[in-house]
Amino acid sequence: MIPIVVLAVLGVGFAVFSIIAGSLAGPKRFNKAKLESYECGIEPSPQAFRGHRFPVKYYLTAMLFIVFDIEIIFLYPWAVAFNKLGMFGLVEMILFILAVFVVYAYVWRRGGLEWD
Amino acid sequence: MSDFHSPSIAYTALAPMLCIGAAAIVGVLIDAFVPRALRWSAQIAAALLGLVGALIAVAVLAGTHTVTADTALSIDGPTLFLQGTIAVLGIGSVLLVADRSPALDGGAFAAQAASTPGSADERAGIQAGRIQTEVFPLLMFAVLGMMIFPASNDLLVLFVSLEVLSLPLYLLCGLARRRRLLSQEAAVKYFLLGAFSSAFFLYGLALLYGYAGTVSLSGIQAATLTGQHNDTLLFLGLGLLSVGMLFKIGAAPFHNWVPDVYHGAPTPITAFMASATKVAAFGALLRVFYVSFAGLGWEWRPAAWGVAILTMVVGSLFAVTQTDVKRMLAYSSVAHAGFILVGVIALNRSGLSGSLFYLLTYSLTTVGAFGVLTLVRDPDGEATHLSRWAGLGRRSPVIGSVFALFLLALAGIPLTSGFTGKFAVFSAGVSGGATPLVIVGVITSAIAAFFYIRVIVMMFFAEPVADGPIVATPGGATAASIAMAVAVTIVLGVFPQPILDMANHAAPFYH
Amino acid sequence: MTSTTHYVAATGVFHLTFLLVLLPTVGAAVLLLGGRRTNPWGHLLGCAMPILSFVIGVIEFVALIGRDGGQSRQLDQHLWSWVPAGSFHANVNLLLDPLSLVFVLLITGVGSLIHVYSVGYMEHDPDRRRFFGELNLFVAAMLLLVLADNYLVLYVGWEGVGLASYLLIGFWSHKPSAAVAAKKAFLVNRVGDVGLSLAIMLMFTTFGTFAFDGIFNGAASGHAHSGTMTAIGLLLLLGACGKSAQAPLQSWLLDAMEGPTPVSALIHAATMVTAGVYLVARSAAIYDVAPHARVAVEVVGAVTLVMGAIIGCAYDDIKKVLAASTMSQIGYMMLAVGIGPGAYAIGILHLLTHGFFKANMFLSAGSVMHGNNDEVNMRRYGGLRKVMPVTFACFSFGYLAIIGMIPFSGFFSKDKIIEAALDKGGFEGGFLGTIAIVGAGLTAFYMTRLMAMTFFGVKRWPKDVHPHDAPRVMLIPMAILAFGSLVAGYLLILGGSLQHFLTPAVGGSVEVGAHTISPVVLSLITLAVVAGGVTSAWYLVARKPIPAEPPTYVTPATKAARASLYGDAFNEGVFMRPGAYLTRALVFFDNRGVDGLVNGLAALVGGTSARFRRLQTGFVRSYALSMLAGALALTATLVLVRVG
Repeated sequence: MIPIVVLAVLGVGFAVFSIIAGSLAGPKRFNKAKLESYECGIEPSPQAFRGHRFPVKYYLTAMLFIVFDIEIIFLYPWAVAFNKLGMFGLVEMILFILAVFVVYAYVWRRGGLEWD
Repeated sequence: MSDFHSPSIAYTALAPMLCIGAAAIVGVLIDAFVPRALRWSAQIAAALLGLVGALIAVAVLAGTHTVTADTALSIDGPTLFLQGTIAVLGIGSVLLVADRSPALDGGAFAAQAASTPGSADERAGIQAGRIQTEVFPLLMFAVLGMMIFPASNDLLVLFVSLEVLSLPLYLLCGLARRRRLLSQEAAVKYFLLGAFSSAFFLYGLALLYGYAGTVSLSGIQAATLTGQHNDTLLFLGLGLLSVGMLFKIGAAPFHNWVPDVYHGAPTPITAFMASATKVAAFGALLRVFYVSFAGLGWEWRPAAWGVAILTMVVGSLFAVTQTDVKRMLAYSSVAHAGFILVGVIALNRSGLSGSLFYLLTYSLTTVGAFGVLTLVRDPDGEATHLSRWAGLGRRSPVIGSVFALFLLALAGIPLTSGFTGKFAVFSAGVSGGATPLVIVGVITSAIAAFFYIRVIVMMFFAEPVADGPIVATPGGATAASIAMAVAVTIVLGVFPQPILDMANHAAPFYH
Repeated sequence: MTSTTHYVAATGVFHLTFLLVLLPTVGAAVLLLGGRRTNPWGHLLGCAMPILSFVIGVIEFVALIGRDGGQSRQLDQHLWSWVPAGSFHANVNLLLDPLSLVFVLLITGVGSLIHVYSVGYMEHDPDRRRFFGELNLFVAAMLLLVLADNYLVLYVGWEGVGLASYLLIGFWSHKPSAAVAAKKAFLVNRVGDVGLSLAIMLMFTTFGTFAFDGIFNGAASGHAHSGTMTAIGLLLLLGACGKSAQAPLQSWLLDAMEGPTPVSALIHAATMVTAGVYLVARSAAIYDVAPHARVAVEVVGAVTLVMGAIIGCAYDDIKKVLAASTMSQIGYMMLAVGIGPGAYAIGILHLLTHGFFKANMFLSAGSVMHGNNDEVNMRRYGGLRKVMPVTFACFSFGYLAIIGMIPFSGFFSKDKIIEAALDKGGFEGGFLGTIAIVGAGLTAFYMTRLMAMTFFGVKRWPKDVHPHDAPRVMLIPMAILAFGSLVAGYLLILGGSLQHFLTPAVGGSVEVGAHTISPVVLSLITLAVVAGGVTSAWYLVARKPIPAEPPTYVTPATKAARASLYGDAFNEGVFMRPGAYLTRALVFFDNRGVDGLVNGLAALVGGTSARFRRLQTGFVRSYALSMLAGALALTATLVLVRVG
């Protein structure tokens, strides 16, 4: 019980301390690059995109990427341990890839891969 | 890694889930390859085939007791009872979803979910008679999650199935054809709060793993019996895990989303959520508490009593002032969650079988009640405001009587299924030593009966409103779904014995 | 009744018992759910179902007679268990014993005749199919009521006949008066039903079962507290008062005459209103050990007997006179079953003969109305005997039976009741006997008045009305019932046949006490009083011309009788007003969230709910906050319970 409490107090304390200390001690000189989103997304703009909502194309591609990314994450350890997993591992992995492939086919047929 | 052995998987025992999964994937392929004109009917066929197949598989499997997939899934009496129930509810909901008869103005779902509400795109889509056919695969994926949920014999599978059932539901909530902003708001709310509760669940899972060193329910049970571990981790973990499941069943104080989401979602989806989700989540809750934590009954009972009492009181009290029939039914579903919790807390065999029976009766009646809601319509969609229902029973006696029957069943009037269910759960509560809880249950049932009967009085004794809503003649699908609910409500009220026996034989859990 | 009650399992032909109930249920289901496509043949199906039930009833009667006497004549058919949970058992069983069989034959026999009659009576009604559907529903519910082997199933039938009665009184719901009458019957019956349901609950807590045999054996064993038994008896009586229109719950029956006449004949004369008598007779074992409750039954019967007769003297509406007379005659039956051991069978005897002659008179009255453009005011009749001879003949049989003329059926049954009352001896016997005799005189008076105003004297109907006898499909049932009015009484007492037959169900018919007055002398006295009634009515009514409008300057007694002896005022004062004040007082506490329908306690709930409703803001952030708080509270409780 006590270690958890200590850990919690330390965690909360560190977060609060960092925020306060940062805002007090740090110099405040802003420029365009500093105000942009950090490493992701499209340019923020004051109005919605040409009077419409944001285009979702970028997100769609990002999501597709994540799907295949996760597939690789599964495939890599499987490939490493292939010999030990044997036939069972092969069948299960084929089923998994098939399921992902069905989704891929869906995205392709419904125009998810066309940029315009 | 050196001691890896392939888990044995009893594919026949998983047949119900495989049927549903296959139907869902076929649904995705239909959307990809079948021409637009045929898509809607092909989707209906695939979904119904999958559900009927699953139901048949459940029937064939009856009596199976097995733990498979390396203790991840337990196929036993309660699992099969609940999977059968979910399959039947799935059929009822798919029928409600499928109805696109002209009287219902082209169905309940958006022409294209991505088009901006009120835009020219939307109008064009509606004029072309389009509809979002992805409803069916999404629904089937949700059913898949619900089928795995009560079968899960370890916490990780429990979490995965929770997500599998939740994610499609978030989407489905946002697909209403009319009042789309309300529907999208409901979807976002449900998603945010659902994610929040999943986080609790996951944290609880992690703490329990820290406690027991395993995620399997039997392993946790074994750890609680030795009593040589850190209790604080156990109870923190149990509490946070419960939050995730209590959220899904809509128990207070985790019920806030229920009225808003039920109200905003397309009514067939509301019917599905209020019935099938509740059945699945209660199945999981029952398994977790009856398998892993039964030995700790004295420790968790006080908290569970608090939740049950709060749920019953909040559900029935808030329902009284609702002026919208859909919201009223939402609160009533909260109250019913409280009543079923009485069966969970009983922590004995009759509590389990009573809860199973209650889930079956309540959920089918609910599907029927929401089915009727889809039929009472104004020019701009369903007329759910209570004042619009005045005199409805006089103008269309059949629909009025059917709805009155459902309300009486929800109120637990004898000779309807609701009475039998309530009786089973409450008598289990008394035998499980929860008499004060049962007393609260009976009092809140009386309060609840008041608002159900108020609707009946409105329908049959108030003067009909001028320019009142039209009662649409149901298409075959909706009619079939409602007729099924009526039949079950009456038969299980008058002649409940076979199903009661079935629920009795289903208990206890096998792990 | 000291012997234990034991029901043997049904065998052979008695397996058909469930069909008795099922057939009319199917009829009702087909007719009510089948919609317009059943219109062409609906009435035929509607008639076929009770007739088939009657045939089964006769077969079972023959089979039952063939069995040895005593307990082998009480057969129980187990259908299914309703809710078996632990020690709580509720079975759906049917009991065929002499008492229920007698009712089965009455319900299906008279019921079939009235169905056939209705084919003609309702011929021009666009909703004739619905009428037959609801009539079948009634027959099914009534059969369930009398065939139940436990109080729970009896209650289902009890509510079922209430529902059918409500639907049929309000059959012409486009008439506001019919709708109001239906609602009134429903509400007044509710008061009685509360009594019955409380009685059932009390019996369950006392004896731990709903089944007749269990309860009766428990009552006979004498273990239960006598106060409890009295309470059960009084609560059952309250239920019986509601259904059988006995004081103080009598007021609905007069208004119930808004229903079609066949309904009045079947439900509000021959069968449903006698359910209260059935209930008391069936519960004989309970009343045997609750003498105080039995006195209450006697008093209720005696009071209603006189009240009904007085009200009957004042009305000009032919159906309402008959309704008042029904109240009065059921008062006789109540009196008989209240006298207790030995007299239950006499009450049932009068119930049966009354079933014949009152149904006959109602159908004849229907025929009169049919021939007079649905006029019910007797001041617009007069001299009808010449233009409607068959109706007149049928009605006369009923008339002679009800006033108790030898050898018509009423003579045998009513005489027995008067005799049994007097034989009780002492003040109680003398008082009740006198009232019964006075009642007989009053009956003779108002029935003669009815006959005189309707069939004798000069014609008073308007020029455009051409009275005529009804079509044959209506006359034949009337004739059969008229024949029954003549012979039923004699046949049923022949060698004490009915009493012996009923012995297993209600106990033997032992003579109570010594004869205070020899039966022959008593019969002569009664006949003399009846003759007095007839003569005075003839002298007062028939000899003078009857004005078209009722005279306004009348004695207070007549005024009171015209106002149904202030039955409605009583209800308003005793039931409605206090209820209304209570509601208003409660609503006063919290007016918020209260619409016109919210009352009493609900107002409180509504107010609380309205206040708490503000918690439902619609903001995700506040929902998330409350979830967080809930999660903290939950885990804190769990941890604290462990620590503490």
